[in-house]
Amino acid sequence: MARAISTKRKSVNTAIAGTLGFLMFFPILWILILSFKTEEDAIRAPLQILFDSGWTLDSFAAVQARSDYFKHFSNSVIISVGSTLIGLMIAIPAAWSMAFVPSKNTKNVLMWMLSTKMLPPVGVLVPIYLIFRDTGLLDSRFGLTIVLTLMNLPIIVWMLYTYFKEIPGEILEAARMDGASLREEVLYVLTPMAIPGMASTVLLNIILAWNEAFWTLNLTAAKAAPLTAFIASYSSPEGLFYAKLSAASIMAIAPILIMGWFSQKQLVRGLTFGAVK
Amino acid sequence: MGRITLEKVTKSFGDVEVIPPLDLEIEDGEFVVFVGPSGCGKSTLLRLIAGLEDVTSGQINIDGQDATDLPPAKRSLAMVFQSYALYPHMSVRKNIAFPMRMAGVPDDEQKRRIEAAAKALNLTDYLDRRPGQLSGGQRQRVAIGRAIVREPAAFLFDEPLSNLDAALRVGMRLEISELHKRLETTMVYVTHDQVEAMTMADKIVVLRAGNIEQVGSPLELYKAPRNLFVAGFIGSPTMNIFDGAEAAKFGAHTAGVRPEHIEVVSPEEGYWTGTVGVAEHLGSDTFFHIHETGLAETITVRAPGDVAYNHGDKIGLNPRTDLVHKFDEQGLRVQ
Repeated sequence: MARAISTKRKSVNTAIAGTLGFLMFFPILWILILSFKTEEDAIRAPLQILFDSGWTLDSFAAVQARSDYFKHFSNSVIISVGSTLIGLMIAIPAAWSMAFVPSKNTKNVLMWMLSTKMLPPVGVLVPIYLIFRDTGLLDSRFGLTIVLTLMNLPIIVWMLYTYFKEIPGEILEAARMDGASLREEVLYVLTPMAIPGMASTVLLNIILAWNEAFWTLNLTAAKAAPLTAFIASYSSPEGLFYAKLSAASIMAIAPILIMGWFSQKQLVRGLTFGAVK
Repeated sequence: MGRITLEKVTKSFGDVEVIPPLDLEIEDGEFVVFVGPSGCGKSTLLRLIAGLEDVTSGQINIDGQDATDLPPAKRSLAMVFQSYALYPHMSVRKNIAFPMRMAGVPDDEQKRRIEAAAKALNLTDYLDRRPGQLSGGQRQRVAIGRAIVREPAAFLFDEPLSNLDAALRVGMRLEISELHKRLETTMVYVTHDQVEAMTMADKIVVLRAGNIEQVGSPLELYKAPRNLFVAGFIGSPTMNIFDGAEAAKFGAHTAGVRPEHIEVVSPEEGYWTGTVGVAEHLGSDTFFHIHETGLAETITVRAPGDVAYNHGDKIGLNPRTDLVHKFDEQGLRVQ
């Protein structure tokens, strides 16, 4: 529907949106600039930052020399992708049954799942820490993958449920009439039709798992430490290392930022899926 | 083969019984139409036969075998849905091939059957398109194609033409009828449109609130409706129904006469008289909606197209007394 919006109002809106966008992006821009500075420049009066002595890659070199970036990176990849895949394996059947064979209590189950996200994670830190200690899962990628799967499972189920709800039940019934077993129905009919939704679920979940910092910091030490721990190791109380901290942050967020950038279209389409029929 | 029998089949959703105990026989090769107003249970009945819903009690036999607990895939039935239910991510070819792929039909046989079906349904040029690129009529043909290639014991149609526009609907109606003549396979067809029921069926099953009101050939239902509900439901325009003194003259509690069985004459010659409310000129026919007859609020009469009366004209009406339908207090037909 076309609605007449005056040019003046349009430009005001654009200006507000632009400002808000810039404000949100500013911290990342600031970190990016700092990461190319020497430590001395980084703590100088901020206004001179763009015009002073020099740009350098020293911080990146220092960070790579001090800690093994690729070890942390591969831990991050394994944990985020692993937790997403395990999550999908559990969430697809769960969402399927809630969307296509709902019972009286389906809504309650969904609410119950979501309610687990309302508890602050620190509330269960001690029991989970103790369980991990006693089962030898501390500082293991496997343990962390399991915890992150459980953390994000409610969101995956919710998202998939919403996408599955959009798929007409008659198409699945047609598949059943055509002789498809439940497995074939899910594999050949439901999954391909839900691809946009599944893709955005996967992307969002990888991003959430990649950036998760509470469990990754508390349950790892060295072996399984992902990039969040890598960043945290530079925010030390002994001294200010703004440039190195920034360089570490940029190295940690770059992969997910690039992935997000390329899959932006898919992500937006998935997240607004069903909003307009 | 495709003989389907239902024995004392019931279906309840929670405490609500939508199909009370029901018996029905569908012979091999028959074209059976379930017809009734919306909510009468006709689609539920079809879904019970398909296996998409479980019966609450009773038994469904297909070709003499108890199929009550078989999953849909094992009943060798094919179904065409109102919404076509095509797989949007597959080409037309893959849509049609899907049931054969599931059944493990060899590739060259698949190819042969797809080509035969596409030829029969005028889909040859569209085989590589996606359903989204087809018109409603073409989509419905794909759905039929997908059903044909399975070579099922019976076809089930769930209001397949409801989503098509009027002109296309007539065309598809003929195509389905021709298909039935050619394949001689049992077809069970659900519709709320009595014209579709009359034109296509070998046998019509009229349903109301899950109960079978009457089973019979289209002409049996037209000529001898068993009760007032069937009388009012079958025939277009609907039968004129009246009671009281005028009905008593025919020896009935309630009487009915079809619009085509009333002749329009001058007021002096008429058995009844009335005033024209609306005259609908269709060219071949004219439908007069007549008031002030003393029978019912409006009496509909079907007259030849050249009979010219207009709003407010006084006219006389002569019913064909041998074709007046008579019903008793319970609304059941009196011979």
